Amino acid sequence: MPIHEKSLIRPEKLVEHEELVIEGMDVSGHWSTFIEGRSVPDYNENLQEEIAALPGGENIHRCWQCGSCTNSCTVNAINPDFNPRYWIYLIRMGMEDELLRDKDIIWQCVSCNKCTYACPRDVVPEGVMKATSHWLELKGHTPKSPSMIFDEAFSEQVIGRGKIEDGLVLREFYKRTGQPLAQPWLIAMVTGLVKRFPVIYLMKLGFATVFRPKTRGWARARDAINEYVEEREAANRKALGLGSKGAK
Amino acid sequence: MAGDMKYKKVAYYPGCALEGSGHAYNRSTKAVGKELGLDLVEIKNWNCCGAMEVKNIDPKIQTYLSARNLSITEEMGFDTVMAPCNGCYHNLKKAEYDLDHDETSKEVNNRLSSKAGHKTYEAGKVETIHALDWIKKSIGEDGIRERVKNSLQGIKVANYYGCMYTRPRHIFPEKDQGPGSESTSKPHYMDDILAAAGAENVDFPLKTACCGGAHTLSDSDTSTKLVLNILTAAEACGADVVATECPTCHTGLEMHQIRAEKVLGRKTNIKILYFTQLLGMALGLSAKKVGVNENFSDARSLLKEKGLG
Repeated sequence: MPIHEKSLIRPEKLVEHEELVIEGMDVSGHWSTFIEGRSVPDYNENLQEEIAALPGGENIHRCWQCGSCTNSCTVNAINPDFNPRYWIYLIRMGMEDELLRDKDIIWQCVSCNKCTYACPRDVVPEGVMKATSHWLELKGHTPKSPSMIFDEAFSEQVIGRGKIEDGLVLREFYKRTGQPLAQPWLIAMVTGLVKRFPVIYLMKLGFATVFRPKTRGWARARDAINEYVEEREAANRKALGLGSKGAK
Repeated sequence: MAGDMKYKKVAYYPGCALEGSGHAYNRSTKAVGKELGLDLVEIKNWNCCGAMEVKNIDPKIQTYLSARNLSITEEMGFDTVMAPCNGCYHNLKKAEYDLDHDETSKEVNNRLSSKAGHKTYEAGKVETIHALDWIKKSIGEDGIRERVKNSLQGIKVANYYGCMYTRPRHIFPEKDQGPGSESTSKPHYMDDILAAAGAENVDFPLKTACCGGAHTLSDSDTSTKLVLNILTAAEACGADVVATECPTCHTGLEMHQIRAEKVLGRKTNIKILYFTQLLGMALGLSAKKVGVNENFSDARSLLKEKGLG
């Protein structure tokens, strides 16, 4: 009998015999499709604790799997593989291998907070998504995600000067991710605007590029924040059983 | 609530976006305030609130960054600060909540504030409001109706509020408090203000949908899909204009409207304007005065057609 809802089963779990004859009856092709059982040879018993140790993951233990997060999720609506409820389940069970199959999309959470709004248990699934993508990067399962590269480029400006200049964030992000700044759509956007831009605003924009916006007397705040960031980084690495950053 | 002049003079926190890509929002907010007789006093030497990004490095830094601005507001003698940007508004609200409920946030804020050499902000001293609260609660719909010189009649508007204005619910204790208060599931303050200015609001189901603003560059394909969804829905509802109240949403909608056309070949004609631009024009200000020519989305011909600008 053909398997209904085949799309819900991972393709590697579907086994089909091209030629199979049972008691003289030809059942080749999809008539002989079997679903391989889900067996977990190895659990990571620390997985939930590790995620909970990172910022955002603190409340993961509260989840009772109602699925409100996935049901309300912005990204799930355009990519059904993006499934916070399922990932929280895997983390709580310690099923690391199964979690790693989705490692390249977890960072795509857009932080719209619909899940946190819907969650009846204050799990803060948005935070769990951020903690999980952070965990994947710290453990070396994935390279730094574009999102993290952007967050770092942005935060360096904020911590360094107290304010950001959005043009510089954009240029810095494309540079760090090795993408050309001359994206056709960006060009279309800018040329459309320059045609009717007041000269004074263009001058202002140039001014901001040369004299970066900054908060006066920021040096002490900058140093205090940097010290705190280093401290937190070390604590996070320690919680995951990793050596210091330099030793990596 | 209308006519409550508690918000007649408030501290103003524009934030980084309003000094850069959201310049037109800054210009139109100030122009509208002046026209309505509301005073804004910019916070001295403010810093970035941390936007959507710093929290992913560590959430407590964001709490500190926002708390520093609240501390300056208090030092300047104000008990209310108005932030027109959803991101800033959200972060100041979140800092207020965290400093009231979370010991670690409080400790980190104490430590960073004393090392940075300024007064530590303590919860409960400053109320953070959005530009929508500021206008709705000080002038109100009746006040706007009295002051309209150039009605927005004939303009169909889809009001778009985005994520950070309403979610998560717990940082907005004043919302969902019955009649007169803002709703987190179906916000209506912008609808109320623009309706009073004569606009025809369409029934728009994606008011609080996400534009993908956090990943506007880092995951542009997702953002483009989300924006296209919002714009096509607004068009299907019969709107001429999407009204916005956040510089990140606004720029995101504009950028990905163009990107959807260039990358996916999906063109949408709907125009994107800040609600302060629409309100300003209704109050008799010129399109130029409220920065319509600074928007990427060129609404000038539409506005001329409707007898504005």
